[in-house]
Amino acid sequence: MIKTDGGPSMATKREITVTVNGQQYHSQVEPRLLLVHYLRDELDLTGTHIGCDTSQCGACTVMLNGESVKACTVLAVQADGSEVTTIEGLAPEGGLHPIQEGFWEKHGLQCGFCTPGMIMASYQILKNNPNPTEAEIRKGLEGNICRCTGYQNIVRAVQYAAEQMRTEAAAPVGGGE
Amino acid sequence: MGVATMLGSPIKRREDPRLITGQATYVDDIKLLGMLHMAVLRSPYGHARITSINTEAAKKYPGVKAVYTAEDIKGAVGNIAVAVPLGKIAEGMGVRLPLAEGKVRFYGDPVAVVIAEDRYIARDARDLIEVDYEPLPAVVDMEKAMQPDSPLLYEEFGTNVPFGIHPPTDEIDKVFEQTKADGGIVVKQRLDNQRLAPVAMETRGVVAEMRKVDKTLTVWSSSQNPHLLRNILSAQVGLPTHQVRVIVPEVGGGFGSKINIYPEEPLVAFAAMKTGHAVKWIEDRSENLAVTIHGRAQVDYVEIAATREGKITGLKMYGISDMGAYCQLLTDAIMIALGFPVACGAYDIPAVHLSADLVFTNKAPTDAYRGAGRPEATYIIERAMDLVARELGKDPAEVRRLNFIQPDKFPYKSAAGAVYDSGNYEGALDKALQIADYKGLRAEQAQKRAEGKLIGIGVSSYIEACGIGPKGSLPVGLYESARVRVEAGGDVMVYTGSSPHGQGEETTFSQLVADEFGIPMENILIMHGDTDSTPEGRGTYGSRTTAVGGTALYTAVQRLKEKMKQIAAHMLEANVSDVILEDGKFSVAGAPQKSVTFGEVAMAANFSNTLPPSIEPGLETTAFWEPEANTFPFGTHVCVVEVDKDTGAVEITRYVAVDDCGRQLNPMLVEGQVHGGLAQGIGQALIEGVIYGEDGQLLTATLTDYAMPIASELPSFETDSTVTPSPVNPLGVKGVGEAGTIGSTPAVANAIADALGVAHVDMPFTSEKMWKIIHQK
Repeated sequence: MIKTDGGPSMATKREITVTVNGQQYHSQVEPRLLLVHYLRDELDLTGTHIGCDTSQCGACTVMLNGESVKACTVLAVQADGSEVTTIEGLAPEGGLHPIQEGFWEKHGLQCGFCTPGMIMASYQILKNNPNPTEAEIRKGLEGNICRCTGYQNIVRAVQYAAEQMRTEAAAPVGGGE
Repeated sequence: MGVATMLGSPIKRREDPRLITGQATYVDDIKLLGMLHMAVLRSPYGHARITSINTEAAKKYPGVKAVYTAEDIKGAVGNIAVAVPLGKIAEGMGVRLPLAEGKVRFYGDPVAVVIAEDRYIARDARDLIEVDYEPLPAVVDMEKAMQPDSPLLYEEFGTNVPFGIHPPTDEIDKVFEQTKADGGIVVKQRLDNQRLAPVAMETRGVVAEMRKVDKTLTVWSSSQNPHLLRNILSAQVGLPTHQVRVIVPEVGGGFGSKINIYPEEPLVAFAAMKTGHAVKWIEDRSENLAVTIHGRAQVDYVEIAATREGKITGLKMYGISDMGAYCQLLTDAIMIALGFPVACGAYDIPAVHLSADLVFTNKAPTDAYRGAGRPEATYIIERAMDLVARELGKDPAEVRRLNFIQPDKFPYKSAAGAVYDSGNYEGALDKALQIADYKGLRAEQAQKRAEGKLIGIGVSSYIEACGIGPKGSLPVGLYESARVRVEAGGDVMVYTGSSPHGQGEETTFSQLVADEFGIPMENILIMHGDTDSTPEGRGTYGSRTTAVGGTALYTAVQRLKEKMKQIAAHMLEANVSDVILEDGKFSVAGAPQKSVTFGEVAMAANFSNTLPPSIEPGLETTAFWEPEANTFPFGTHVCVVEVDKDTGAVEITRYVAVDDCGRQLNPMLVEGQVHGGLAQGIGQALIEGVIYGEDGQLLTATLTDYAMPIASELPSFETDSTVTPSPVNPLGVKGVGEAGTIGSTPAVANAIADALGVAHVDMPFTSEKMWKIIHQK
């Protein structure tokens, strides 16, 4: 925390430009502002949640330049010039990403609080490995804590999504067999 | 699929679209114009006198609107509510003020609050508050706290024990003597049921705003019970209830930890009232682990007597409940009121002796946590059954079978006090043993043991009491409510007093209404959480929402059905007794060609002009339903563990759960509840535990230290069920929210004792503990 002696601890604000869910934002932020607070409090994108203060729980997972990060452990100034995708930007307006569909079909959520982060983490798993085994899914979700589901239906949700995405990817372009 | 088969189908949830797209509103998502933020200054000591507090620097910090200590709220904010103050608690012992006055009694005890323009400024200013503490010796061990030389939390009472129950033991002693004389056995064991943190993924949070001119206060809170919060908080801040509106938005998990009305709730309301601005407080995880109620925290001494054949003749149980530093809503009731009555578990035990002491220690207050007293009681009896089996060299499943309450004995009055509604314990046992291939498992175990592997098989046959609760359970009445309105277009609005937070009642309740009325689910909306629109309810906990809330809804729906039949009879010019409702149409029985639709009757009722004068316009009713008895889910779990000899690491290689929650309204949601419950029960068994240092320092203060089950450390569960309807409510449901947690902890514990070939090991079964036991032998 940046502190002066007794006076306000607001350091000079920095200008940042961040593209979030395809939209560009110009903001002035304190260097200590966490990315997750920037998304939630400045940009009103409250789908990304805060579940801990030591980066264990993963509720704050978003994509930063195509890779999943825990937004509680990234400073907003570090996202200057970058692209961020949050849960709100995962699917086109009115539509659902196959991962979101999977969570719905397979009852992969109960209270929903860990869910946006869990979905973004699943997105990363499937990006790295479109055909994961159960063990690989469980390992890939180590950074996301859920207290409600016991994880079994989350695994089923990711398996469902993987299959959907493989089917879509394999769809023949011209006449099939 | 016909409309009439909604109930009992694994329909996907109506809650999910907003949750999977990040569109749901939790408390921290609420932003109001001019909203201020509260930060709480908390004691870093487990026990200390407060000699001075200086808030001047904090008050002057730019952006700070106010700083409050106990002085500032005196007479303006009432104490923390206790439902049933026992013994010296009724005289004031353990009563908690919203901000500590004179003394702090646990790490995290709140001392002051800062109200500022944003959360960063509030925390900066909080750092400027100077508190002088005089540290006092702390006591964290509950048995040490009972010793005469222990540090005292409430010196004026001269003890840390406000209440105990110690009935005479002559009768049980006779039973034990007789059993021994007849060649039977008595087995004794001390059991530690360790302190746990509920860790809902959403921490607590409150927003409050008051319109000064007419003193109407609105409070948003991550709570499990909006009406209880409204009643208690309004009394605490001195407002009549009709001026207070509580809105519970989306809640990210509760597990019992959000039943209480905590200090921060009236404090945020107070701050909003004084500053004239909306105020928000969001708990951070370190606070949550320190000050949100903890669960379990019991030490039990059990003695169980059995014949040589394995028939239990008597049970003696002494329990010590570690309440922590203060008595909150149900703190003193958990063990005695909720645990004791089910001390005999699924077994027909003729003689029982129960005794207890409640103790204060310099730790966070304990209260209801998934199961609330029943997991502790089940752990005791299920470990005891295994100890009997081990002593007699008998199979633990067969010892259970021998002692089960028989299916024709219900309603069954247990010697421990509870009256069980219905059960088929042998049915669940047999199904679980069959799915697990128990014989095969034992053969495989023998083989692997010959290879030097440590394999354990644990069985747990549990019952639990839920569907809370019958008249007299608590001073406030534990009924539930539902207001149902059929609108002119045939849509149905339901306002329930229940307060689901992940359990899925927006789905199951619509299934119920869809089934009863014969209309599509999409035409029904289930509303909950707002005290302005919902009838007085008691909230969601204790596996009660379907059993009690669902029945209130069912009752309201039946009333409207009757009225609609009267209107339909008028429209069809028939006798009301001949009118039936089928697939969304009212017709005369036997003459289906002449009918009116649900929608046509709804319109006639709401547009009134065609109604006869004897029928009141509209289709809206409110029903309250109070059960006459608890319901008793049950089941058998089989757990197989392998303990690594070199590292002590425990792996659950198989987990089979057969649970009976009575009729299942939505099997997919039932399974989800079981999965989640299993994870928490297994978490307690293997890795969880709140740890304090001797001086009262909380050592498991973040999620780096408080171990939580993660996906790679849990197996896939094999779940199945039996269905034994409950006669307590017309739906036949027992409830399932807590069952998984209750059954799993002892299943794992029994497996571990079996794997290591010892009588008993206390939880959690960490690899370090396992390794030490293995290498000590």
